[in-house]
Amino acid sequence: MTASTAISTRATEAATAGNAADFQQRALSLAAAQSGPDWLASLREQGSADFSRTPWPGRKTEQWKYTTLRSFQDFTEADWGAGKSVAGVKHKDAASAISSQRLTLDATNLVFVDGVFDAEASDKLPAGLTLFSRADNAAQKLIKDYLGRIAGGVDSARRNLFAMLNNAWVSEGMLIHVPRQTTLDKPVYVAHLSSQSASVTVSNQRLLVVLEEGASAEIIEHYVSQSDEQQVFVNALTEIHLGNNAQLHHTRLNLEPESVSHVGGVYLNLQRDSRFNGFTIAEGSRLKRIDYQMNHCGPGAELNLDGVYLARNKQLVDYHTTIEHRVPNGTSKEVFRGIIGDRAKAVFNGRIHIHKDAQKTLAELHNRNLLTSNSAEIDTKPELEIYADDVRCAHGATISQLDETALYYLQSRGIGPSQARVMLSFGFINELLQGLPHEEIKVALGAHLTALFEADRSLVSDVAGATVESA
Amino acid sequence: MLEIQKLNARVEDKQILNDLSLSIKPGEVHAIMGPNGSGKSTLGNVLTGRAGFEVMSGTIEFNGKNLLEMGIEERARDGLFLAFQYPVEIPGVSNMEFLKSAVDARRKHQGMEELSSFDFMKLARETSQKVSLDPSFLKRGVNEGFSGGEKKRNEILQMMLLEPSFCILDETDSGLDIDALQVVASGVNAMRSSERSFIVVTHYQRLLDFIVPDYVHVLAGGRIVKSGDKELAKELEAKGYGWLEGEVA
Repeated sequence: MTASTAISTRATEAATAGNAADFQQRALSLAAAQSGPDWLASLREQGSADFSRTPWPGRKTEQWKYTTLRSFQDFTEADWGAGKSVAGVKHKDAASAISSQRLTLDATNLVFVDGVFDAEASDKLPAGLTLFSRADNAAQKLIKDYLGRIAGGVDSARRNLFAMLNNAWVSEGMLIHVPRQTTLDKPVYVAHLSSQSASVTVSNQRLLVVLEEGASAEIIEHYVSQSDEQQVFVNALTEIHLGNNAQLHHTRLNLEPESVSHVGGVYLNLQRDSRFNGFTIAEGSRLKRIDYQMNHCGPGAELNLDGVYLARNKQLVDYHTTIEHRVPNGTSKEVFRGIIGDRAKAVFNGRIHIHKDAQKTLAELHNRNLLTSNSAEIDTKPELEIYADDVRCAHGATISQLDETALYYLQSRGIGPSQARVMLSFGFINELLQGLPHEEIKVALGAHLTALFEADRSLVSDVAGATVESA
Repeated sequence: MLEIQKLNARVEDKQILNDLSLSIKPGEVHAIMGPNGSGKSTLGNVLTGRAGFEVMSGTIEFNGKNLLEMGIEERARDGLFLAFQYPVEIPGVSNMEFLKSAVDARRKHQGMEELSSFDFMKLARETSQKVSLDPSFLKRGVNEGFSGGEKKRNEILQMMLLEPSFCILDETDSGLDIDALQVVASGVNAMRSSERSFIVVTHYQRLLDFIVPDYVHVLAGGRIVKSGDKELAKELEAKGYGWLEGEVA
């Protein structure tokens, strides 16, 4: 019995490994086909080398323990690979799709379609904003100084496979550079649209944000897709450098539908006394894996990150966050909340690593989950590694169902049970939306979520005794 | 208006109400007093239909309808209101949205049109001032971070907006200082009319100085052991409940 089980397991792993090798091979040939700026060639080559050396994650790879990459098997069937640019061709009806999905903000509006900058749909680039493909010598130098280095600064054992792949594929991207003691006049709103095309779409997105000493800015990244059905694979990497005393508000909205696989990351270096306020939301899909890697490089920096995830049907959403406190007097506060319904699965892994020199660190991590089905799964894992003795660190993870007392209270005022559940599910998330800096985003997200909760009951049901698995 | 006949109810395995009967006519105010554990709060929860409060036998008629066959929200829409002893905090759901949803549901049930957001906000602001609750509380989460007194005033605000025909005040005086008590009481008194009835559940006679009842009942061991007028409350205040326990047996 034991022997046969072992054999069948090995057979499965072999099959998966075969597909993974296929994926890796196609990914590398796609990398070789990129014809982007020559001065980025060395980063692409490095990326390809790193990617090909890294073993494909399996169930025993800690970083990918709860998230299978099996859905990549489907990509091997499709016609993407040799000869195709990840920055593909712009599709005709993309512009109208963008206009229906983008937020209306008083901002510098930038639109990328399948990784290609859409100049027609975008505002004129203000000073400091540069496309990699149009970078002059000074911008090239700046990009080379930072690009790949913030994401590459992660411990080699923890480096993300898809960050390497993003390097391997990089041919286009946007640099947002704010010089010393200056403030960007308007927020920068970057909409990334995956368009509708005949075959599988693969797109590589890259954003580099460099705020010099005392600079401040606000950036909103918004990922949407034109089609509900078409398979899309998005690899989106954002690197952020905050100089001394710099301040950034950063919002990342991952609202692509079920058919989109998104692996993405936000990599952040905080220099002395800098401040980062982040918000992120992800709706589940066949695969959504988003990493936040945040490093306190200079003392006295402060970071706040709020996150929301919603998964239903058979969707998957996985947030991995890491905060490295390497220096003293840093502050971190992270609050993530999720609602998981149907047969969906969510993963939240929040790591805080306080190095021995990082005295007087204040770090907080809170994760709350609402399960609305007996078959839904959440794997939540706060991970604290503390080597300094004079720090304050708090963490907590909870898994629960809709509050029966609150439901009764609403009903006792005449509110019907289904409306009451929508109100409670929305309220659970709305607390975090309230921290957003823009009324327009709050309103748009609020309306989006209410519509989602009303149309799909799976995120607002109440279940007794839902399966609770805490890692 | 409300006719309770031989009501027996339990929570889990424990029977709390024993053959309780009570008849309330339009415009009447009935105070229910009694020691802890006598079933006062259970009565409120049974009347609103809260899950876990199981009616074993007996009948409750509300305006000629069988109350026990109605869902929680139907009872509320039909004009039944319970001011909670411990109002529930619901962070993330704005008080304004909550109040509007409740009022909309009641108006719709009565065949009236929903109020526009503008009209409702105006009404809610004016009403909140009547219960000395700063209108800023309308923007906050439902009862979120409210003090005990603010929560109770928010209950009265809900009552004034919903204009129920039957109100149960469950120890609304607990945890209130004298100023807040007067605010709550004047809110209730402003609502008194020949069509609207009240059950006022309280431990203390003090509240009944402000909300003067037509009848006072003493609940002990899940049944009414003594009924009288407002003088009974004063007697209870002086003598405690001990002297009644003999009568229970």
